[in-house]
Amino acid sequence: MGRFAGFGITFKQMFKPRVTGFYPREKRPKPPRFHGRHVLNRYEDGMEKCIGCELCAGVCPAKCIYVRGADNPPDAPVSPGERYGFVYEINYLRCIHCDLCVEACPTEAITETKLFEFSFSNRDDAIYTKRELVVDDDGRARKQPWELWLDDSENDHTSEWMRATSPSGNAAYEGRVNWSGELGYGVREPERGQSGILRSATGMTAPAPAEPVGLIDEEAADEEAADEEAAH
Amino acid sequence: MTAIPKLLGADPLFADGIDLTVVLIVIGKTIAVFVFLLLLVLFYIWFLRKVIADMQNRVGPDNAGPFGILQALADGIKLFFKEQTIPDSADRRMFLLAPYLSLLPAFLAFSIIPIGGVVTIAGHQTYVQLADPQIGILFLLMMSGIGIYGVMLAGWSSGSKYPLLGSVRASAQLLSYEAALGLAIVAVLIQAGTFSTRGIVVQQAWTGSWSGGLGSWPLAQWFLWPTLIAFFIFLVAAVAETNHPPFDLVEAEQELVGGFHTEYSGIRFAIFFLAEFMNLVTMSAIAVTLFLGGPAGPSLGFVAANGWINAWVMPIFWFLAKLLVLLFGTVWIRASLPRLRYDQLMDIGWKYLIEVAFLFAMVSGVFVIARQQDWPVWVYFAAPAGAVAIYAVLYLCIPRRDEITEDIR
Repeated sequence: MGRFAGFGITFKQMFKPRVTGFYPREKRPKPPRFHGRHVLNRYEDGMEKCIGCELCAGVCPAKCIYVRGADNPPDAPVSPGERYGFVYEINYLRCIHCDLCVEACPTEAITETKLFEFSFSNRDDAIYTKRELVVDDDGRARKQPWELWLDDSENDHTSEWMRATSPSGNAAYEGRVNWSGELGYGVREPERGQSGILRSATGMTAPAPAEPVGLIDEEAADEEAADEEAAH
Repeated sequence: MTAIPKLLGADPLFADGIDLTVVLIVIGKTIAVFVFLLLLVLFYIWFLRKVIADMQNRVGPDNAGPFGILQALADGIKLFFKEQTIPDSADRRMFLLAPYLSLLPAFLAFSIIPIGGVVTIAGHQTYVQLADPQIGILFLLMMSGIGIYGVMLAGWSSGSKYPLLGSVRASAQLLSYEAALGLAIVAVLIQAGTFSTRGIVVQQAWTGSWSGGLGSWPLAQWFLWPTLIAFFIFLVAAVAETNHPPFDLVEAEQELVGGFHTEYSGIRFAIFFLAEFMNLVTMSAIAVTLFLGGPAGPSLGFVAANGWINAWVMPIFWFLAKLLVLLFGTVWIRASLPRLRYDQLMDIGWKYLIEVAFLFAMVSGVFVIARQQDWPVWVYFAAPAGAVAIYAVLYLCIPRRDEITEDIR
């Protein structure tokens, strides 16, 4: 009966649980370090973090970032520094979401979200400009009309991901792992094997942004901590 | 006036002559049977996809309607509004005709299937069956023969090589298995002594008297038991005849793109599939009619014996229940077996099925005549023994593939 054994296998399969995910209706949680589309962050006072240094464009292996900096107008500065990102464009037909731009950025201006559902029917829509990239007044990514994500909860625990460089640019932190919460979603513990010390634990105050008041998602932060503990 | 009843069979509808009511009833029945078959096909496509999905640990269509039951309809509507292309090298007239050539016989073959019992419509008694011609089963073979033309002409008129190869395969395969199919049916016809599908079904109906013997079992009247071997041959041949996996070499995607319907698009493409599934439903219904007693089955005892439930609902229920079992079988085969190689296909058909079907039909005939003529008992043993002996000789004469390749080397 060897050649009819297949009938038994197919019949047995009928009573096994399904593995299908009902994607658009039910979305699975994303991995902690998921790389989605970028945002350009702002300080809590509304100033843009980008200083137009073009390091991201220089490091980008896909050459998908185009930045032009300009001097801040003295009467109405866009960023706290001397210069600001006058033009900032990312071509998502080329971006490979390697996150090197995020690593290169000295001011944490550019980070990656977990939003990935942004297909376009037009090549021009693939180029995200400052209009699309800069976060909203509440520090969260702006939903574009063609993007599929349903609510902000899809972007929870966004890319608070580890950076091996000192994002503050402060020489005191040279060679140390230093983390800051992005978009106000808490601070992660260092991973096992990394020698970093949490800012909060050392009591050092970095010029990197303090966690914006009123934007901290306590629940998310708690969950994050719980996840970390579980991972350890 | 007497010619028409003979053509349409022994339906009591024509007993009192033909007036307007009778004509209207016939038209109504035609539409009803057509709709019934279409609904069955829509159901089958959904059933097929759901069961195969289950067997492959998937979910299957679940968006169109409850449990995705309208998926086939949605596909049909989508294909209906698609652009239809005709290749420049196609024989236009044949190309346009071919889909309908395969659809029409598929529907016509279903018209002889007894779906239900005898009912009364507007004072006229009639069968729940579109036509009961005296040539019943021959009509089925005719239609299944014409159905080949649709496939063949589609491939030939496309003016493209893969469709042509597919249609050549199709005609060779269908012709080969037509023989085994016909011989398997002969075994039943010998038992029944009639071509009429209604006649075959009536003989398989349980008389309702339980005397305790083995012969009075509710299912003992089925022709399935005296023709068990023919039943399995019929199933294999019917699956091959409908180009169903594992015999779907006609549209073997890895080898022939889409087979005979490669160049078709839009609704004409859909019609081919409709015809294919119609053929499958029809073949299953024929198997139910020939071997499983058709709509015959126990009626409900606690409602009026001649009420509408026992006259209308129960026979159709039994018919559909038996049909569903066979349809599940086709889906199960589809999910379990890989496609055969073409030489394996021809081997099964010519080297084994036809011989066995032929010998079984002969033995079956000897049995029936021996019963009628009160022949001595040893005949019942001698006939099968002789058949086995003949088959043994044949089996030894059949060249084996490895021997042939040995010779070539």
